[in-house]
Amino acid sequence: MDFKDSDTIPGPRTEDRLPHTAEAAVKIVIAGGFGVGKTTMVGSVSEIKPLTTEETMTQAGIGVDDNYGSPSKTATTVAMDFGRISITDQLVLYLFGTPGQERFWFLWNGLFEGALGAVVLVDTRRLEVSFDVMGRLEERGVPFVVAVNSFPDAPRYPLSELRTALDLAEEIPIMECDVRRRASSRDVLMTLMRFLHSLAMTGALT
Amino acid sequence: MTPPQRQRRLPAQDPSGRPPVERAPVPGNPTGNPERLFVIGGEAGGERADIDLVTLIVARTEPPASATPEQAALLRLCVAPLSVAELSAYLSLPFSVVTVLLTEMLAAELVQARAPIVRQKVADRSLLEAVMHGLQRL
Ligand SMILES: Nc1nc2c(ncn2[C@@H]2O[C@H](COP(=O)(O)OP(=O)(O)O)[C@@H](O)[C@H]2O)c(=O)[nH]1
Ligand SMILES: [Mg+2]
Repeated sequence: MDFKDSDTIPGPRTEDRLPHTAEAAVKIVIAGGFGVGKTTMVGSVSEIKPLTTEETMTQAGIGVDDNYGSPSKTATTVAMDFGRISITDQLVLYLFGTPGQERFWFLWNGLFEGALGAVVLVDTRRLEVSFDVMGRLEERGVPFVVAVNSFPDAPRYPLSELRTALDLAEEIPIMECDVRRRASSRDVLMTLMRFLHSLAMTGALT
Repeated sequence: MTPPQRQRRLPAQDPSGRPPVERAPVPGNPTGNPERLFVIGGEAGGERADIDLVTLIVARTEPPASATPEQAALLRLCVAPLSVAELSAYLSLPFSVVTVLLTEMLAAELVQARAPIVRQKVADRSLLEAVMHGLQRL
């Protein structure tokens, strides 16, 4: 980016500006394997055209070359889509779809920390691609619900069978959805919020 | 057909309350020799303000004559509140770079930061209810 031309950086459209009264934001993470519909879900409920934020990460092999500042590191750019929903004039909700490379999800500073909760999208053709993220959310005490994004050629299982296969704790909601439809994506988010509310009522939220 | 079977994991019992250290497997390294992954600029020194992806940033002034081009661009973007994620997107700069930029600008009182509401052990029910009401209007 050429910052000499900073006047020309396209910012938010006037109608996409938040009111000055916006005082705090909350976030929800949409997680799941490649192609399960995360970007589609963010886009179907967002009030702004989804945007992309990036992070640059480096990797270095321990034991191969562990000198500080050694030049053997390779930089990787990781991109993540997100959208926004204004809740009130004071409160804004952001939705983040996890980036493509799964091993970066939990290294992205602040992505899951502080999120109200997560939606794990699953595709019954490749159920196992979501196993690892569910385990990591459990380890970190990030509450989540499971949404089965129904693709036409995907095998269909009764939700009770999927619940067993995913070894979901009985209180964790699981539902079917079509993330291309705003109402369906909204229902998934409402299910997550009701679940978080029930955890708050029982004081079980960690 | 039977779906593949997962096994539930338990919350990590770390008294510090910090999340477990991430170890990503090295491709082509079946011995599991861990690979270090970290955010550029995130390792060495330098005070970093506590900035989240959804911290809202608001300009406190017009860009002063002394502002760098990056600072001026950022100040123009956040004449109205804007999240750090949105700043990163519009500036085409990585999140960590925007964080460094904002740390300086907060110290220089060029911008104001409005902290996000984060997940709490005991959740604020009225907050959750507000979000539900907002979603219902979608
Ligand atoms: N038939 C069908 N296609 C979908 C659905 N959700 C997403 N897709 C398509 O699947 C592809 C991958 O979706 P995307 O949102 O990019 O997945 P991501 O990798 O998780 O972000 C896109 O071409 C979508 O249009 C769905 O519910 N039904
Ligand atoms: Mg995507």
